[in-house]
Amino acid sequence: MSALRDTQPEELPPGTAGEQPAVVLCPGGPMLLRGHHVIEDEDGTRHETVRPVSAVCRCGKSASKPWCDGTHKLLPRKLRP
Amino acid sequence: MTMLPKPRGELSAAFFEALRSWDDGPVTAVDVAPESAEDAAITLWASHELSYRGFDDVDDGAEWEPALLAVRRELERELESRLRQRWPGAPQGRDVVEHFFDWVAEQDGPSLARHVQTTATTEQVLDLLRMRSVYHLKEADPTAWVVPRLPMAAQAALMELQFDEYGNGDPARLHTGLFARGIAACGLRPEQGAYVDEAPLEVLEQNNTLSMFGLHRRLRGAALGHLAAFEATSSLPSRRMAQGLERLGMAPEMIAYYTEHVEADAVHEQLAVRTICGSLLAEEPEQAPEIWFGAFTCLDLEDRLAHRLLEVWEVAA
Repeated sequence: MSALRDTQPEELPPGTAGEQPAVVLCPGGPMLLRGHHVIEDEDGTRHETVRPVSAVCRCGKSASKPWCDGTHKLLPRKLRP
Repeated sequence: MTMLPKPRGELSAAFFEALRSWDDGPVTAVDVAPESAEDAAITLWASHELSYRGFDDVDDGAEWEPALLAVRRELERELESRLRQRWPGAPQGRDVVEHFFDWVAEQDGPSLARHVQTTATTEQVLDLLRMRSVYHLKEADPTAWVVPRLPMAAQAALMELQFDEYGNGDPARLHTGLFARGIAACGLRPEQGAYVDEAPLEVLEQNNTLSMFGLHRRLRGAALGHLAAFEATSSLPSRRMAQGLERLGMAPEMIAYYTEHVEADAVHEQLAVRTICGSLLAEEPEQAPEIWFGAFTCLDLEDRLAHRLLEVWEVAA
C-alpha cells in the first residue's frame, strides 16, 4: 500500500475558488464596488472610482455622496440600509 | 539624516551606545534595567526602527545582533504582558464580523478629533500632528509584515486594502506621502521619526505595539484586530479633523490628507472587518480572541493618548 494512492486529490485553499463579487452589500452599511466604474448620480453628475474598492452610500446621509463617509453608523438602526 | 533619538535613561543610553559602536561582531549583553517606562519605550522604539529604515548612525547589520535582539525581546515581553493585563477579554457571545461595528460604537473614549473640530488652537493641532507623525509616516508598514503569515484568502483581502494605502501603484498617492506633504505644508518636518524626541510614553506605546504585532507571526490575529479597530474609528474622526483644520485656516494639503481618509477608510473599515478578519477566521477560528485583543488595544492606547494630550492642553476629557 502506498501512502500516495490513499491521498485525496488536493483541494484548492479555502476561500480561493469561485469568482470574487464585484458588488458587495454590507449589512447596515455601504455598497462595495470592486474595480473601475463611473457612477452617475441623481443630478446626472458622473463620479469616477479612484481606488481598487469603493464604498457607495446606501443610507442617503453621506456628506461625500455618492461615496460612503461612515455616517450610517450615526443613524438609528432602523434607518440604516 | 535620521539619527538615533535622545536617550531617556540608563537603558536607552547603553543600548544606543551599543548600536552606534556595533561593527560586524558579537557584542556583550546590554545588562541594564530600564530607569523608567519612557526609557524602556524609547529603547524598544529604536530597536524596532532598525527593522524599518534604520538610522544613519547605526550599521544596518546591527538589526540581527543577538545581544541587541535580546533587549528587544525582553521589552516586548513586558509590553505585551502590560497590554494583556489591560484587556478585559473577548466580549461574550460576539461574532467578530457580525458585531464588530456595534462593539466599536459602544467603546466610549475622549475624542481628539472632536476637540480639533470645535475648539483646538493652531498650536494644539500642530502639537497633535507632531505626535501623529511618528505613526502616520509609517501607517501601513507594520501591517505589511503580516501578509506572509496569513492563509491565502486573507492575504488577498489584506493586499486589496494595502494597495490603496500604498497609493495604488502611484508614488504620489501613498498615504504616508500625503501625510508628509501635509505636515511639510504646515511648516513641520516630514522625515520619519523627526519628532520622536518629543513623543510622550503613550505615543511610543502605540507605535511599539503596532510594530510588535506586525513583527510576530504569533500576533497576526492581534495585528488584524488592531487594523480593523483603527479603520473603524477613522472615517468620521477624519471628517472632524478636516473641519477643524479648515476652521483654523490650515494648509490645504493637510486637510486633503484627512478628506482622503474619510472616503478611503469608509471602504477600509468594511474590508478590514468583513474580508480581512473574516477570511482569517474562516481558516483560523481560534484567532477570534486575538482579533478582539488587538482591537481593544488599539482603542485603549488611543484613549490613553487622548487623555494625556487633553490634560496637557487643560481640556476636560
